[in-house]
Amino acid sequence: MGESISDKGQCDTLPALLAYNVKNFGNQPAYREKEYGIWQSWTWAEAGAEIRNLSLGLLSIGVKTGDYIAIIGRNRPHLYWAMLAAQEVRAIPVPVYQDSVADEIAYVLEHCEARFVFAENQEQVDKVLDIKDKLPNLEAILFLDPRGMRKYDRAHLHDYREIQLEGQKAPAKLVKERDKRLQEQSGKDSCAMLYTSGTTGRPKGVVLSNDNIIKTSQASCEFDGLKSTDSVLAYLPMAWVGDFIFSIGQATWTGFCVCCPENTETMQHDLKEIGPSYFFAPPRYFEGVLTDVMIRMEDAGFVQRHLFNSFMGHAQKVGGAILDGQAVSPMDKLKYQLGKIFVYGPLLNTLGMSNIRVGYTAGEAIGPEIFNFYRSLGINLKQLYGQTEASVFITQQPDGQVRSDTVGVPSPGVELRIDDKGEVFYRSPGVFVEYFKNPESTKDTKDKEGWVATGDAGFIENESGHLRIIDRAKDVGKMKDGRLFAPKYVENKLKFFPTILEAVLFGAGMDRCTAFINIDLQAVGNWAERHNIAYSSYQELAGHPEVYGMVKDHIDEVNRSLADDEMLSGCQVHRFLILHKELDADDGELTRTRKVRRRVIEEKFKELIDALYGGKGEIFTKTEVTYEDGSKGAISATLRIEDAVIAKAGASQGEAA
Amino acid sequence: MSMQSAQSAQGYVTADGRKIGGPVMEMENITLRFGGVTAIQDISFDILEGEIRAIIGPNGAGKSSMLNVINGFYHPQEGRILYHGEERKPLKPYQIAYQGIARTFQNIALFKGMTTLDNIMTGRLTHMKTNLLSQALWWGRAEKEEVENREIVEKIIDFLEIQTIRKTPVGRLPYGLQKRVELGRALAAEPSLLLLDEPMAGMNVEEKEDMSRFILDVNDEFGTTIALIEHDMGVVMDIADRVVVMDYGKKIGDGTPAEVRSNQAVIDAYLGVSHD
Repeated sequence: MGESISDKGQCDTLPALLAYNVKNFGNQPAYREKEYGIWQSWTWAEAGAEIRNLSLGLLSIGVKTGDYIAIIGRNRPHLYWAMLAAQEVRAIPVPVYQDSVADEIAYVLEHCEARFVFAENQEQVDKVLDIKDKLPNLEAILFLDPRGMRKYDRAHLHDYREIQLEGQKAPAKLVKERDKRLQEQSGKDSCAMLYTSGTTGRPKGVVLSNDNIIKTSQASCEFDGLKSTDSVLAYLPMAWVGDFIFSIGQATWTGFCVCCPENTETMQHDLKEIGPSYFFAPPRYFEGVLTDVMIRMEDAGFVQRHLFNSFMGHAQKVGGAILDGQAVSPMDKLKYQLGKIFVYGPLLNTLGMSNIRVGYTAGEAIGPEIFNFYRSLGINLKQLYGQTEASVFITQQPDGQVRSDTVGVPSPGVELRIDDKGEVFYRSPGVFVEYFKNPESTKDTKDKEGWVATGDAGFIENESGHLRIIDRAKDVGKMKDGRLFAPKYVENKLKFFPTILEAVLFGAGMDRCTAFINIDLQAVGNWAERHNIAYSSYQELAGHPEVYGMVKDHIDEVNRSLADDEMLSGCQVHRFLILHKELDADDGELTRTRKVRRRVIEEKFKELIDALYGGKGEIFTKTEVTYEDGSKGAISATLRIEDAVIAKAGASQGEAA
Repeated sequence: MSMQSAQSAQGYVTADGRKIGGPVMEMENITLRFGGVTAIQDISFDILEGEIRAIIGPNGAGKSSMLNVINGFYHPQEGRILYHGEERKPLKPYQIAYQGIARTFQNIALFKGMTTLDNIMTGRLTHMKTNLLSQALWWGRAEKEEVENREIVEKIIDFLEIQTIRKTPVGRLPYGLQKRVELGRALAAEPSLLLLDEPMAGMNVEEKEDMSRFILDVNDEFGTTIALIEHDMGVVMDIADRVVVMDYGKKIGDGTPAEVRSNQAVIDAYLGVSHD
């Protein structure tokens, strides 16, 4: 074993690691995908052969060293192979968000000058064909699912499997060429280019080298003891750096199995069937599942509800301690074991979380109640803090030191620094090479010594050495009277209520804060049902006086908790309104990873913000919306604006509402 | 009419390059009466292999009756029906099921308590040969047969993108999805002629777009001959190869969407005529 590890250490590219896995884990499952209702699987040996055929096929259609190859589609083994096959012939894979509208795809494909595109199906092929006039470099599109494309002009359109067949019978010349390119490549070569979601402005292409990916994967796998027998469900967008690290980087490094759901909507069901041991989900997911469980428990019978409540109460008390290996009384331990039989075990099984050994969440703050709920059930859920530019890992929480309000200690090999303005900087082997075709931004973000600005404000806790993030550095501002304005901090507090899906706080440079609220249709809908509130649309529900009343109670509660925080007491919400539409990435209000785009919202809803600061009790507004197919429409509504109660800070005099 | 019969004889090639073959079904001078009411009056037209044939008309024009005549549920008092070139005799219900014509209904007719999967499986019934006992005991050929049929059903589920609701009782599904399940069941029969009774009725724009795509894909992938009744003129004109227009039980137009659109009788039937 010792020999093979040193062997693996010499693999400095992903194709080399793939070859290592084929040799050492040839018979172990590498990829699984549910298709036609059955889990299909490919061993490393089979996957290796598929990838080899594809890479030879790519040579046969003229892929050159240094070509950029875009990949558009949902998580499927074949598309992961496409990335590895591209790397085998020294092309650089560029995964693209599959739900992007044609414009966004056009920008990326144009910017990276993609010569080839892998498109999952007709929908994606159509998107690319729509914009092909803007793409002079585009040579061909390869599609995976031939359905509906019988009549398409095949001149620049190839069937994935036909290209593989082409590769299978490739002449010796091409086989030699492939071997040559495999030989030539090194750790310094680009491994992939990933476009950042772009909270501000156009997305930037982050170039990551093989060294970046492999060293980061190695360090993070060792940190959590990931093994070749682990498995992960690949369901997050392939264009997101996290999926690239988990499903390509770490999977290729350790040789664990990557499982792909049948389709996007069946994810929850497939998760249950696969029961992965390594799991990542954004806080939004954990929130959603918890809301779902709670709604279902409210509808359950008396006995079930009683069992659930009493055992969950107990788990809240001792579950976290048991997970962290702290001592608890034998009686408590016994009751916890009983709970495992009656409640926790079956619940985890239903959620598909029975086997999770290592679970991570990141991207946004997670509510303490939500975080503790999962930990008390015995799931080793931890937080990490990362960025595309860092190949994900900047900090992560070690087992046994898990808290909801920090993001953990620096990952192995990462150095941290906080500058005098409070912004977090890091330096690590995972630090990106450059922004593609954008030396200025590269220079702004990464200095000569390799320190990268995160753009986040935070501080390192003295006692624990854990990093705490407050907000985006540029969003942290000052109010008119100089008090600190940290919108995300307040928004997160609001979003911890299951009924509030999204919140946007305003107040920079103003004398008081105001907020937009987006309700969660599922949670509020259920609440409405139980309270006999009739509604016919999202808009009507959002404007309902009782919904306003409930949201106001939540805001008042947040105000009270803010009042106790000396630094942030100025951020209490004075006035608010509930938006008549859900903030949507298609309308540009959220990024594809569902982060709020503050500037866009400020511009688009300017009249609403003015109304919040004016004295009016309601305002009429008309908003343009974009449908999934890119066509536009408009919705109009009269929104009510309400005042919230401003809490007084503890004993100090506080301000009047 | 002359152009029509020319097409019927040797088939034709559509604008997008699909080859349309000889007639699957020919209706000759069909008249159907319910007591004193004449639902269909002396109508003749044909359905060619591989084409999408639409029957349109205002409310009460006799479209659904026409569909029921095509699948053999109603037997017309006058006229001849040729199916695959042979004259069709009046059929018993079970014979209707076995003749290779599958259909969906205007008011969804699924087994509400059964799952999507089971509903589509019922579409395979005419292809199963083992007896009730061995099916119940899951023994011998029955097991193999069910596996084979399940595979076909799974391909249909994949085709219609309804994996999410595979195990959901159809009664709990929204209307648009139920329509899709019904299409799935009809497809499962591997029909040589597929009849769709108002497949888009009651759907929103997005659901209509999805359904149109599925209809085109079914025709394209499996080469299935499709006859459909539809109210939504826009949809019909987009997807049909040829259109029969009915009004008050009579045929008032027949031809390609472009021809039908410029036909004065059709325009009058849809927009009304002034009687001064």
